[in-house]
Amino acid sequence: MLLIHCPYCQQSLPELEFAYAGEAHIARPEDPNALSDEAWRDHLFIRSNSKGVHFERWRHIHGCGKFFNAARDTVSDEFLTTYPSSAPKPDLCELQGDLK
Amino acid sequence: MSKFSAWSLFKNALSGNKNWDEQWPDSEPKKEYDVVIVGAGGHGLGAAYYLAKEHGITNVAVIDKGWLGGGNTGRNTTIIRSNYLYDESALLYDHAVDLWQDLSQELNYNVMYSNRGVLMLAHSVHDVQSFQRHVHANRLNGIDNRWVTPEECKEICPPLSLNPDARYPVMGGAFQARAGTARHDAVAWGYARAAAARGVDIIQNCPVTAIKRHPNGSVAGVETAKGLIKAKKVAVSAAGHSSVVMQTADVQLPLESFPLQALVSEPVKPIFPCVVMSNAVHAYISQSDKGELVIGSGTDQYTSYSQRGGLPLIEHTVAAICEIFPTFSRMRMLRKWGGIVDVTPDRSAILGKTPVDGLYVNCGWGTGGFKATPGAAHVFAHTIANDEPHKLNAPFNLDRFRTGRLIDEAAAAAVAH
Ligand SMILES: Cc1cc2nc3c(=O)[nH]c(=O)nc-3n(C[C@H](O)[C@H](O)[C@H](O)COP(=O)(O)OP(=O)(O)OC[C@H]3O[C@@H](n4cnc5c(N)ncnc54)[C@H](O)[C@@H]3O)c2cc1C
Ligand SMILES: [Zn+2]
Repeated sequence: MLLIHCPYCQQSLPELEFAYAGEAHIARPEDPNALSDEAWRDHLFIRSNSKGVHFERWRHIHGCGKFFNAARDTVSDEFLTTYPSSAPKPDLCELQGDLK
Repeated sequence: MSKFSAWSLFKNALSGNKNWDEQWPDSEPKKEYDVVIVGAGGHGLGAAYYLAKEHGITNVAVIDKGWLGGGNTGRNTTIIRSNYLYDESALLYDHAVDLWQDLSQELNYNVMYSNRGVLMLAHSVHDVQSFQRHVHANRLNGIDNRWVTPEECKEICPPLSLNPDARYPVMGGAFQARAGTARHDAVAWGYARAAAARGVDIIQNCPVTAIKRHPNGSVAGVETAKGLIKAKKVAVSAAGHSSVVMQTADVQLPLESFPLQALVSEPVKPIFPCVVMSNAVHAYISQSDKGELVIGSGTDQYTSYSQRGGLPLIEHTVAAICEIFPTFSRMRMLRKWGGIVDVTPDRSAILGKTPVDGLYVNCGWGTGGFKATPGAAHVFAHTIANDEPHKLNAPFNLDRFRTGRLIDEAAAAAVAH
């Protein structure tokens, strides 16, 4: 079972308290009417599905109820960091540097 | 390669089973092929077999990063059925069920197809209504799905509990009698042997690291751990790794890869004559010929390539099984494992051409592509050989995510295999 650190509650808790909510940092289009079919496809359906570091959303449903973001290695399932959704996307090189 | 028969069994038994032929040679790659298939699962090996048999294309290699059948083909719970809601899916899966019926004879390899029937349980008024809708839609497509009462469910599957006070009472079910199970490894081995007999090279332990393209964009071959292999056409059948492989050709697929787990119990005497699935509680169960109860559920919630998955899902599944089959509450579980499944937004496969000339893809089967193996491989071979989809897989094109013409089994069926 994954142990997940909620950046609001500041506690590492079992995965059962959390709901996965898909890839992070996907912004809704500013002007939906201007979008081509290709751009809609990319926005709605294309995900990085990265093998390696993946930025993703989680929600602490059985706790504070808030959404936050995480960087997780999808090969080892190890979390590199979790951070509030309002925070900018962390620098990948720094994250991986921290790990070594 | 000699033919398997009762006589060959007898003859080899007399010589202590020491003189069996090798089933297929472990090939080293040639410099160039007409078709290279990435992924030696049932789908990839099957496509190679049909390319050779039905289209006369035998200069073919199937390349796998591990051993053949070591992906989801060798990890699944082998449920075979075709009672999907939408016409497109029903026709494609039923094509597969047709081919399953005499696949053992076709391949001269016992894939142990057993049409023991698949029973899907309804536990709520909503289930009842949606299953009956499925049954009607299926019957219009000539698929033998029928509605059965709770008592009939019990006749089909005696260990089932009809306790009205159960948390998930059985309110009826949908039963497809022609559906069933098959021996998963044998499907990979049977296709491998039959394809190799027709001249196909099977190359194992050789990861494909990139798809190579000509300056004009069309496909040129694959870069592998054993060097560059040129190919006129490349076909990708890499299940959970399809998006990773296709990205090297600059094709982005609408896929997310999740762990899907299964587990088996200790073997016991025959007790479970069919396959039972319950979408409401996310569990399904059957008994293998060896006697183990084979149990599976839905995917873990997060994307991953770890081929492992978490314990909470197993607990959830086993709890659901014990609720429906209280007899099994003291069974001991022996093993659990995971596979990485490639899930599309509409839960339907992607099977066809790609924006790159000479590059084809068969993926997105997610949690339920074992049942489709012969049918999908058959129409995939047609697509590769003719550079044109077969009419059965034409709707499963990649472009549907741009046009919006989805085949939304996700909304129709929620989960299941
Ligand atoms: C636990 C579990 C239960 C399931 N239950 C059912 C069920 O009951 N019924 C059902 O119909 N379906 C079920 N499925 C789904 C089913 O197993 C798959 O949809 C199906 O087997 C996919 O077959 P395939 O040949 O496309 O993929 P695979 O058998 O996974 O083959 C893909 C191959 O590609 C290879 N590969 C990947 N990347 C590379 C690379 N870079 N280079 C070379 N080779 C590569 C892999 O090693 C692998 O061997 C289940 C899956 C799992 C995991
Ligand atoms: Zn919290």
